[in-house]
Amino acid sequence: MQTYEEMWRNLGLNLDAHEGLLKALSGFYSSIYASQKNRPNAMKYFDFVISEVHGLRIKELQEAKAQGKKVIGTFCVFVPEELILAADGVCIGLCAGAEAGFELAEQYLPKNTCGLIKSFFGFKLARLCPYANSCDLVVGETTCDGKKKAYELFNEFQPVHVMEVPQTKSENAKSLFHSEVMRFKERLEALTGTKITAERLQKTIQIVNNKRRALNRLNELRAAPIPPISGLDSLLINQIAFYDDPVRFTNAVNELCDELEERIKNNVGVARGDTVRILMSGCPMAIPNWKIPAIVEGTEAVIVGEESCVGVRNTRNTVAEGCKDVNEMLKAITERYFQIDCATFTPNTERLNHIVEMAETLKANGVIHYAIQFCQPYTIESKRVEDMLASKGIPLLRLETDYSMQDVEALKTRIEAFKELISP
Amino acid sequence: MKIAGLDVGSRAIKLVVLQKGECILKKEVATGFDYVQEVQTLLEEIQPHKTLVTGYGRHLLAQHMGFEHVTEIKAHAKGVHNLFAEVRTILDIGGQDTKAISLNPNGRVHSFVMNDRCAAGTGRFLEAMATSLGCSIIELNALALRGSNDFSINSTCTVFAETEVISLKAQGANPADVARAIFKSIAQRAASLLNRLSINPPLCFCGGVARNKALVQELKAMLHMPVLVPEQPEFTGALGAALLASMT
Ligand code: SF4
Ligand code: SF4
Repeated sequence: MQTYEEMWRNLGLNLDAHEGLLKALSGFYSSIYASQKNRPNAMKYFDFVISEVHGLRIKELQEAKAQGKKVIGTFCVFVPEELILAADGVCIGLCAGAEAGFELAEQYLPKNTCGLIKSFFGFKLARLCPYANSCDLVVGETTCDGKKKAYELFNEFQPVHVMEVPQTKSENAKSLFHSEVMRFKERLEALTGTKITAERLQKTIQIVNNKRRALNRLNELRAAPIPPISGLDSLLINQIAFYDDPVRFTNAVNELCDELEERIKNNVGVARGDTVRILMSGCPMAIPNWKIPAIVEGTEAVIVGEESCVGVRNTRNTVAEGCKDVNEMLKAITERYFQIDCATFTPNTERLNHIVEMAETLKANGVIHYAIQFCQPYTIESKRVEDMLASKGIPLLRLETDYSMQDVEALKTRIEAFKELISP
Repeated sequence: MKIAGLDVGSRAIKLVVLQKGECILKKEVATGFDYVQEVQTLLEEIQPHKTLVTGYGRHLLAQHMGFEHVTEIKAHAKGVHNLFAEVRTILDIGGQDTKAISLNPNGRVHSFVMNDRCAAGTGRFLEAMATSLGCSIIELNALALRGSNDFSINSTCTVFAETEVISLKAQGANPADVARAIFKSIAQRAASLLNRLSINPPLCFCGGVARNKALVQELKAMLHMPVLVPEQPEFTGALGAALLASMT
């Protein structure tokens, strides 16, 4: 057992509170993940990575920093990872999936702010996040109003570069986003001192595309009649995608997929073929937000997909490869990111169609729409999701909840009743 | 063969025992701290051949005693359909939650909604309101039946509603009128929950809170539809559980 105390102290963490957090996290993790049956062998890698979430990976970041690399933290899948890597930076998706430091956060933010925003403030103020404290730059974006305004306050603690993400998919909006991609590139070059050349960018486009392809491969395998992997494990992998080394991670996912293909061939899985299949859709579930999936799979249903940013919204499209120069590549990056169907856009009809498409290909018996309490974009859009799914005869359960555990019993009742309703 | 249906709620444990399809026993005890023990005592003398459990305590009992379990939604649907086959909509107000269920003509659940996390409009809310008027729930109901329609309580939050009740009292309002306003506010909450479903008449109102005639009246007026209340509205969940147990 390695101790990282020295490193955490140097990062300015509150050691006592941090220890408490790690204990709670590992207890929560083992109570949820250890009780799963028949997990694929290749999950060992991801179990290890999560067990070292504040350890080994942070050490790697410090080593990278010692070599002069810069660590860049992001909060949204609109921030192009390939640019960060091409500037020789390390890209970390900051998670914000737990109720920590909320009292401190509420000194800055109104009570009715979504848990995700409160959480990234809380972690920072309570000095609990070694990732945030390793960052040389945090990248924000103008997506929802909550985040947009919160970054102004966050900037007091740590420099934030805010990318302007538009609200519609018009041509004008696209050219605005394109100029923001260019501005981000310049900011990165200035920060890291590394010029983003065609050669470098071509390589990192490939790296990130390969990561997406591996995750998409995983997602496609979940359409098998006997689900080869649980939703909880798939979610964990999608969560780890945001902070692990991309190349190593991609290899691990591909290895897992090889095993899953074997499983499918041999009719081996985590549940029987007649198990109720659920598609999750909605807000991102950042580590360690496993609350709803744990309840769903605790009722012996299986989650077969995540229509979410910690899920296919992050991986679905790839950046066109084979561009000749940096300008073309930046255009290709703009094109790819501009397809993201986030609820902060209006209208967001692509998302509605995509949910239907996913429910059909994954043969889901029903969809659970998940919104973090006080998230306006997703809670409001859930009505349109409901209408769309109703028109296709796909059952939907809408849930709105926060990171606390107070409503677990009530959620269980709703989820079980939904399962009773859609059981074949 | 005796078949038992148990509804382990946040406030009370309800038991219904069937024999040859006939109900031979209904019993209710308050939910205490160790409800597994309480259930064991309840069942000791009955020795049912089969028990099915519903309600908020269902998981713990399933785990400790190996009973099968269903949600309250399914249990209420079954119980109500057995009592009133024509019912298409159910409102169940229990100790800490409110459920609206719409049924297909064959009695199966079509869709359902539950109140959000706060206790407004539930049995607990009613208790808090009675306390702030310094009376019991039974007295509150009797008062409200005599009350006029002059006031309303607008807060949906228990804490704020309490403040409103206290300030109405301070203004010298007639307690009967305030009591009526309390039931009106619960009916409003229930109606807005029901309106999230596409509801068909007739409606069955069950759960312990359905014993309050004052609330039934407000609901009828607000929903413009017949409201049926079982003779012992707190037992529909347990009855449904027993009926489901005898089917399998
Ligand atoms: S939901 Fe929207 S704002 Fe949130 S991470 Fe995803 S793309 Fe960004
Ligand atoms: S969950 Fe909703 S409110 Fe919260 S940060 Fe994301 S888009 Fe904004």
